[in-house]
Amino acid sequence: MRTFFTEFSYLLASACFILGLRGMSHPETARRGMRLAQLGMLMAVLGTLVQREIVSYEWIIAGLLLGSTIGLAMGIWVPMTAMPQRTALSHAFGALAAALVGISEYYLHGAKLGRFIMGAIGFEVLFGSLTTTGSLVAFAKLQGLMPGVPLVYKGQNIFNLSLLAVTVGCFIWLLTNPGATPVFYLMLVLAFVFGILLVLPIGAADMPVVISLLNSYAGLASAATGFAISNKVLIIAGTLDGGSGFILSIVMCKAMNRSITNVLFGAFGSISETATATEAGDMREASAEDIGVQLAYARQVVFVPGYGMATAQAQHALRELANVLEEKGVTVKYAIHPVAGRMPGHMNVLLAEANVPYSQLYELEHINPEFPATDVVVVVGANDVVNPDARDNAKSPIAGMPILEVDRAKSVIVLKRGRGKGFSGLENPLFFKPNCKMLYGDAKDSLTHLVQATHKA
Amino acid sequence: MTSETLITTFYVFVLAAFLGYQVISRVPPLLHTPLMSATNAISGISLVGSLVTAGMHQSTVSAILGLIAVTCATINVVGGFVITDRMLKMFKRKPSSAPKEAKK
Repeated sequence: MRTFFTEFSYLLASACFILGLRGMSHPETARRGMRLAQLGMLMAVLGTLVQREIVSYEWIIAGLLLGSTIGLAMGIWVPMTAMPQRTALSHAFGALAAALVGISEYYLHGAKLGRFIMGAIGFEVLFGSLTTTGSLVAFAKLQGLMPGVPLVYKGQNIFNLSLLAVTVGCFIWLLTNPGATPVFYLMLVLAFVFGILLVLPIGAADMPVVISLLNSYAGLASAATGFAISNKVLIIAGTLDGGSGFILSIVMCKAMNRSITNVLFGAFGSISETATATEAGDMREASAEDIGVQLAYARQVVFVPGYGMATAQAQHALRELANVLEEKGVTVKYAIHPVAGRMPGHMNVLLAEANVPYSQLYELEHINPEFPATDVVVVVGANDVVNPDARDNAKSPIAGMPILEVDRAKSVIVLKRGRGKGFSGLENPLFFKPNCKMLYGDAKDSLTHLVQATHKA
Repeated sequence: MTSETLITTFYVFVLAAFLGYQVISRVPPLLHTPLMSATNAISGISLVGSLVTAGMHQSTVSAILGLIAVTCATINVVGGFVITDRMLKMFKRKPSSAPKEAKK
């Protein structure tokens, strides 16, 4: 009876998870969907707690209390701009939980494990541990605890691949010989190390892909846990998570016109100017007053936010400027590039936080045809996603990447911290075009100036 | 594990993969960040595995591993759902009448 109850709660939970994610297909049904998923989670936990294997509850209660406190605190206080870091950190937690369950299973049963269970535990521990350390490195890079630039050295790829080969070798050894305890712990340590080495050479601008990929690995680790302890809800939820991460990685890679292998082993951003022709011409600066007048008399203004907006926390100031323009009868739209920011959908969340209605947020393919009819485009801390070299210069490292074609607009204003290059270190010919003007300074300050200037105009 | 249960397990895995692909490819880019934090919370379901590990009482080592695992998984479940809801609450189609502006 108890087993039936447990299994039934898992079945209901699985259905709730799937319906919950189904709700995510529209912003209006998403919250309802998530409540269903929460209900599913509650049922699965209750169903587990009545199981006969569980004899003592003190460790469980301690863990649940501690985890809920930390989780709740993080959930309430993490600012929206820190979402990429938080996501990376939670991949680490999820993966670590999966890895620890696997280690404990091996510790308890070791040599008695059948080949199939050993395989599942091996996968679980491999993916779990490399995702744990990999996500921690990603977290450190996003939080600024580590330099965001790729850390590369000679022979890096060969070294990493040989390390991976040895790790997989250990895994295969264990399949034929589950009792080889030292090999198991060697594999564990190597997987931890490999996770660090995998993410070190990846630059901050490639984080959207890496975060998605780690998401996928964390999910696969959970699914492998499901195989190891033959628990179907774990397999289903883990597969959903793994699949979601995988789909997002592909979307992100397409948005950069690169393959996953290229992101992982290409060390993008380390290449210096060799591939870019130095542009002739000057960047023209404009004063906030001039731009204010230009904005106030425009018919349509499109904002292009990028990571610079997130670092300057400028989303509220941007919204304020948009409000002033709308009062003056200007049509305001926002163009969102899929890889703008540090994780999938990063810009959408920030703008939503600043109360921008999502009906004003436009995706790449919908806004590009509108640029020729746009009077002013304001680029707020974005760089590579508006770089026309991706379209025009076949030799550029970002050649073929779909971009927001802001250079086709009548006039472009670029808000930029300084004259420096973006994260990829590429020269951006947009800045030298005759229809482009620069406004230097912190994005938030610049926008505040523009609000005042537009008011007066 | 008998080969029959093994096949059933793979059935579940393969069908979940197909279903997941169908469901998730319908999520618009607008909601990709909440999607990631939602799937994160859901994959905190590894909590059920951790609970068994922590509560089996077979050895202290595995109980401690279980405790850490339960804590990590709970952080993801609770934190993930709270944050997802916080984000989803912000997405509005129409501008609300009283916009909250950042005070300087």
